Amino acid sequence: MFGLNSKDTSLLLVVAVLTLLAPFILNPFPENSDLAQFNAGYPDLMQRFVIFGIFAIGFNILFGLTGYLSFGHAAFLGVGSYAAIWMMKLLTLNVIPAIFMGIVVAGLFALVVGFVSLRRSGIYFSILTLAFAQMSYALAYSVLTPITGGETGLQIKPIDRPLLSNLEPGEIGRANLFGIEMGNSYLLNVGGWQFTFNAGYYIAAVVMLIAFYISIRIFRSPFGMMLRAVKSNQNRLNYTGLNSKPYTLAAFVISGMYAGLAGGLMVAMDTQVGPERMFWTASGEVVLMAILGGVGTLIGPVLGAGMIKYMENILSKINDAILHQWFAFMPDGLENFKVAIIHPFIGKGWHLTLGIVFMLVVIFLPGGLVEGGQRIGRLFRRKKRKDKPSPDATPAE
Amino acid sequence: MGILEVKGVNKRFGGLQALGDVNLSVAENTVHAIIGPNGAGKSTLLNCLVGKLIPDTGSVMFDGQSVLGRKPHEINQMGISRVFQTPEIFGDLTVLENILIPCFGKRDGAFRMHAFEQVFHEKSLIEKAEAILEDVNMADKKDFHSASLSRGDKRRLEMAMCLVQEPKLLLLDEPTAGMARADTNNTIDLLKEIKSKRDITMCIIEHDMHVVFSLAERITVLAQGTPLVEDTPENIKGNPKVQEAYLGESQH
Repeated sequence: MFGLNSKDTSLLLVVAVLTLLAPFILNPFPENSDLAQFNAGYPDLMQRFVIFGIFAIGFNILFGLTGYLSFGHAAFLGVGSYAAIWMMKLLTLNVIPAIFMGIVVAGLFALVVGFVSLRRSGIYFSILTLAFAQMSYALAYSVLTPITGGETGLQIKPIDRPLLSNLEPGEIGRANLFGIEMGNSYLLNVGGWQFTFNAGYYIAAVVMLIAFYISIRIFRSPFGMMLRAVKSNQNRLNYTGLNSKPYTLAAFVISGMYAGLAGGLMVAMDTQVGPERMFWTASGEVVLMAILGGVGTLIGPVLGAGMIKYMENILSKINDAILHQWFAFMPDGLENFKVAIIHPFIGKGWHLTLGIVFMLVVIFLPGGLVEGGQRIGRLFRRKKRKDKPSPDATPAE
Repeated sequence: MGILEVKGVNKRFGGLQALGDVNLSVAENTVHAIIGPNGAGKSTLLNCLVGKLIPDTGSVMFDGQSVLGRKPHEINQMGISRVFQTPEIFGDLTVLENILIPCFGKRDGAFRMHAFEQVFHEKSLIEKAEAILEDVNMADKKDFHSASLSRGDKRRLEMAMCLVQEPKLLLLDEPTAGMARADTNNTIDLLKEIKSKRDITMCIIEHDMHVVFSLAERITVLAQGTPLVEDTPENIKGNPKVQEAYLGESQH
């Protein structure tokens, strides 16, 4: 189906079902229970899951296929965001032109950065991309303040009058898709549960599914095979009559466009942008997402993005007061002791937890979460085979 | 006029004259060997032919066109394929994919943005790749991860990758270097088989006299960057100059 083989089709369908049912899946705990703080089914976080999923999918097309590790991908995310917000400020509050502009501008910027950076490979390539991203950050932060709003960034303000949107005087524009506002949500209460269906999330989710589908097509295409050949043996590729340079540049631009798409979607959701979006930590984060989930796998980067964003938003919300509540049944001394031990790993210390998880994954599961899943799958299959031998293994008659 | 004409090629590395006034003519449909002691400039000459190095002076004409100043992929597209000293293959890809890459390169040129087509839809190319694997007796290994192949199979695979391009000239850089006697003989048989099945010009750079005398129709002897003599294997064997420069040394 969709021009894919059956395995990829089922992967795409599973991802589609999970994404569309995310408001249920991410809200497993009733609203009033103690565990409700582990619910991730609120619009802001769900939007971030899919947007960073797109960012990581695009990054994986470059890093996973060609092996070129870009350390400046957040620059394309930021450039896409700035382009998108200017579209909304000037032209229309409809998100489609904004997102489209984000993709185009990020793609052009990636063409320039890629053209220069791809003259080198390995660590020098990474450093070049990092330098470009930090330059972009510095430009956005200070030099280009009239365009980027400097430190405070850009928001949609009451004085913004987009050409094609008829706003009342003094009304602050809100992002929409043909009248559907991104912030619109439908609440569904079932028993103790509350499920939120947010328009912005569903629009971003559909975009992510399209982006995911395109990435599967690229992975299975002759182009994708050439990119894997670049990673495997670039020398051989050149002596086989193929020019590796345009292939890597095309991969770089495509992944830059994915980043621009993610940046445009971010603006569509929260109608603001700041230079910190291009800071090197943001570039590092997408590298972590790809590695954590599984470099070069189809679904890995999305899982990695989800995991990091979940930890960032949920772990960081837990504070000492909540811990004391959890351990209240214990004697005071023990309670305080437990809280003191866990304290560094929660709240602002969530990075510490992320670091430990990352180290464990890299050491024990070099293939990321996807490899973990595969190992568990294999374990179950083997066990099943041991329990009851399959019919064709038993001799007939 | 041969398919490959090297005229007056010089190459210096600093103070070292690696190649001095090399003239070479490889006739079409022959197996031409270039031999010489270590440091004679065999590899430098080969690198000048494939675009890795550019000679200081002189000309290299292939099939009536100059190859100088062209990139390796352009020279390959002209019809020169190269086998490396240690097999260079795409280790992360399957055997079949290894063959498909040159197939796409042959059909679509050095670059094509075929990002939305699917490999498994390219039935005719896959058939072509399977046929060449059949030719080198590797059809049963087509789904193997090519890094897991034995060294001999890697060599076969690399040859198949070159052959599927239907090159006019196949360059072989010490194809039996570091091989055991049995592997060497297998490689000789493979090359003989390849030669018997199709019209192809081969240029072999080789150290091993056994390989050279079992395959070559013409031999050029290089010594200290200059061709000493070019002749048939029988005459080379009897040539006292060659004995002195090369064979005498190796028959301790």
